[in-house]
Amino acid sequence: MSHSQTTTTEHHPALAHQFDSLEQQKDASMLGMWAFLLTEIMMFGGLFAAYLIYRLRYYEAFVAGSTSIAVTLGAVNTLVLIGSSLTMALAVSAAQRGAQKVLRGFIVATMLLGLVFLGIKAVEYHEKYVEHHIPGGVFGKFGPTDIEKDLQEKDHKTPEAAAQIARQTEIFFCFYFAMTGLHAFHMLIGFGLMTWLLWLSRGNRFGPDYYTPVELGGLYWHFVDIVWIFLFPLLYLISRTQGAH
Amino acid sequence: MAQNGSHGHPTHGVYYAVFGALVIGTLLTWGVAFVDLGIFNPIVALAIACTKATLVILFFMHVRYSSKLTMITVAAGFFWLMLLISLSLSDYLTRTLTLGQ
Amino acid sequence: MSTAITAVQPQVMPAKHYLNDNYGIRSWLLTKDHKRIAVLYLISITFFFFIGGLFAAMIRLELLTPAGDLFQSDTYNKLFTMHGINMIFFFLIPSVPAVLGNFVLPIMVGAKDLAFPKINLMSWYLYIGGALFSLATMVSGGVDTGWTFYTPLSSGFVRTHVILMAVGILIVGFSSIFTGLNFIVTVHRMRCPGMTWGRLPLFVWSNYAASLIMVLGTPVLAITLILLALERGFHIGIFDPALGGDPVLFQHMFWFYSHPAVYIMILPGMGVISEIITCFSRKRVFGYFFVAFSSIAIAVFGFVVWAHHMFVAGVSVYSAMVFSLLSFAVAIPSAVKVFNWTATMYKGEVSFETPMLYAIGFIGLFTIGGLTGLFLAALGTDVHIHDTYFVIAHFHYVMVGGMVMAYIGGLHFWWPKMTGRTYPEGWAKLAALITFIGFNLTFFPQFILGYLGMPRRYHSYPEEFQVLNVLSSAGASVLAVGFILPLIYLLWSMRYGEVAGPNPWKATGLEWETSSPPPTHNFEMTPVVTTEPYAYGDEEGTVVP
Repeated sequence: MSHSQTTTTEHHPALAHQFDSLEQQKDASMLGMWAFLLTEIMMFGGLFAAYLIYRLRYYEAFVAGSTSIAVTLGAVNTLVLIGSSLTMALAVSAAQRGAQKVLRGFIVATMLLGLVFLGIKAVEYHEKYVEHHIPGGVFGKFGPTDIEKDLQEKDHKTPEAAAQIARQTEIFFCFYFAMTGLHAFHMLIGFGLMTWLLWLSRGNRFGPDYYTPVELGGLYWHFVDIVWIFLFPLLYLISRTQGAH
Repeated sequence: MAQNGSHGHPTHGVYYAVFGALVIGTLLTWGVAFVDLGIFNPIVALAIACTKATLVILFFMHVRYSSKLTMITVAAGFFWLMLLISLSLSDYLTRTLTLGQ
Repeated sequence: MSTAITAVQPQVMPAKHYLNDNYGIRSWLLTKDHKRIAVLYLISITFFFFIGGLFAAMIRLELLTPAGDLFQSDTYNKLFTMHGINMIFFFLIPSVPAVLGNFVLPIMVGAKDLAFPKINLMSWYLYIGGALFSLATMVSGGVDTGWTFYTPLSSGFVRTHVILMAVGILIVGFSSIFTGLNFIVTVHRMRCPGMTWGRLPLFVWSNYAASLIMVLGTPVLAITLILLALERGFHIGIFDPALGGDPVLFQHMFWFYSHPAVYIMILPGMGVISEIITCFSRKRVFGYFFVAFSSIAIAVFGFVVWAHHMFVAGVSVYSAMVFSLLSFAVAIPSAVKVFNWTATMYKGEVSFETPMLYAIGFIGLFTIGGLTGLFLAALGTDVHIHDTYFVIAHFHYVMVGGMVMAYIGGLHFWWPKMTGRTYPEGWAKLAALITFIGFNLTFFPQFILGYLGMPRRYHSYPEEFQVLNVLSSAGASVLAVGFILPLIYLLWSMRYGEVAGPNPWKATGLEWETSSPPPTHNFEMTPVVTTEPYAYGDEEGTVVP
């Protein structure tokens, strides 16, 4: 239960009228952000559940699809995002100390690393486009002929089996694009949040008694990182020992 | 500032240590993927991912230093996700089952 | 002990309150006051209630005759789809939380406002955004897939504006999420001194539990609709069997939200009933903790029963057995509530003002609806009555006989608080009676129709079912009168109703300790709570076992 200090006459400019103290406001804001992250867990979770079910059903196709995406780029991206989480955590720490320049520096660093991530993603997507792995109307027409060929030559599947598995990889690529796409969309929102934090920090308003927005931004950014921590093995590392190119 | 046990913060040393662990975890999971462990490949990959996520949650997101309510909230989120996944899978995995027949 | 509903001496409206604090359209459209936002919601959802009602009227008109002679079958499909979508997403889900909850919950916990007033306002704008998409869909021909959007019909075969509607539902879903998030944080962090969890009104417990569901379930609907839109737009094959997809997967994901959604709808209504029953029995709630925890139990259990909508869809029989068992279990906490309400009334000083009429009606009708759910939860009987009018009767008993009655009862209960005026009691009681009669006449025959085998979502039926259908349609016209009457006299009362005063019902609860209507900041001074909840029958407020 929160203790409202109705006797205090301090009125910090950041204190909203419905709250009795900065501490209550911060507690409420943190809980609110966590509740929001719960909704994100369930939204991505729905995708993960659907992915799991199809992975069980079309395992060979998922292996073939996973093998065809660039694992090195994925691993590098994972390291980039982890780095951005570190810079974000250090940004929050700077905000708490009131170190305005350090704070802004780390936020910019976080955004730069995020940009690197998206750049590498763009390279990956382009590769998929070139290889005709994008699901949808054209998938059947041009087909994942490279996957089909590999299945016949390297895994010694019959032409019919190879064709069928290659056809089924469309579902894998659905999930690849849906999951990484939704993740990238959340990163874009993250950029928006970081920009807003930079703007908020211009008046040197963050310090030991008020740095909640930075902490909330940090929570969001770390969450996006966690989603990728799971996406990487689930999409890129399904099985690199079978059907290996 | 905060007296009720919430929002303490780790030191920068802790942050760097966690970062190091996360990097090692990433390299580990990348490398192990190329070793054939059969059924254990996905298990190891998920175990490493869960460990990394836990580290981010506990230290980068300060849950280790937060109130019980925060911890329950985080746990609830993952628990609910497990409900969705496990109960849905329970349908698919038992479709071809024939008990007692 | 006096049970007079109006004070003996004439009451006076407070000089300044939330309605006259500020004038002008901007002060309403940019308000951060939870009470004004509640009024905005009230207007919006009433509009959609009547839109949904219009579709219902057309359905019942068609079903007067066995032949499908009023509308073509495609059009009929659109009627029941738009009826369902508008009623569920744009009326039922927001109704009690966004109108009554928004208004009363912060006052009940002793706060000046919700935790995040701007997010509250955004939540209303999201509702309006989604509503605009719904209107756009209606204008451009409607959707005809059923509110359940089953694939591959919705993803690959129909030519109606599925994506447009799906986007509307997605947006209004976020409205729901933000309302729930706001409630959760408010209840945890904004309670006034002395307001422990054990002193919270049960209305707060119920809305809190419903908010948990909103936050945990709605996102899964969001991703399901996104995938549906992707499938429909790009033919990617996630749910289409011809492309290797699984239509049952859509149903799993859809019902994972949509079953708990019915608990989002009913739990706040149950909270209203708890408040009304105790006030008009002048007796504290029997088994407060049981009722409080049953709300949480319903919220949790409600998440593990969804596949009872899919027993004949092709799920494994073992999975079906598990879901069937769990569906029986989820009835238990609801039953606990019904028993406790009844026990509250027992040996109480019961009086039959309008809110109480609706509440008593709720208890009876919800019980019937709930019990008939058990027939559907049993695998054997479900095979026979699935997709028949039995299902329709079941959910209308819980949703209309239960939820809508609770909402209207709550509206009457808190109307004096919200407007400062009372409504004409005679007309209100008449409307309650008409509603009750009309409701039963409409929906009881449908149980029989379903049992006899009349399928749902058909615009024509065998001749032998006509009598029951005519009864049902006749009932619907009576029910319509019952719903329109409150619209008229409640609006009338805002101008000409007797001034209510702070506590016309002599009820307990913090909301009755402030003026009617309340000031913008709710309280002149932050309240401090020292008594247990529902301290009826005991003026000193000491605990009476």
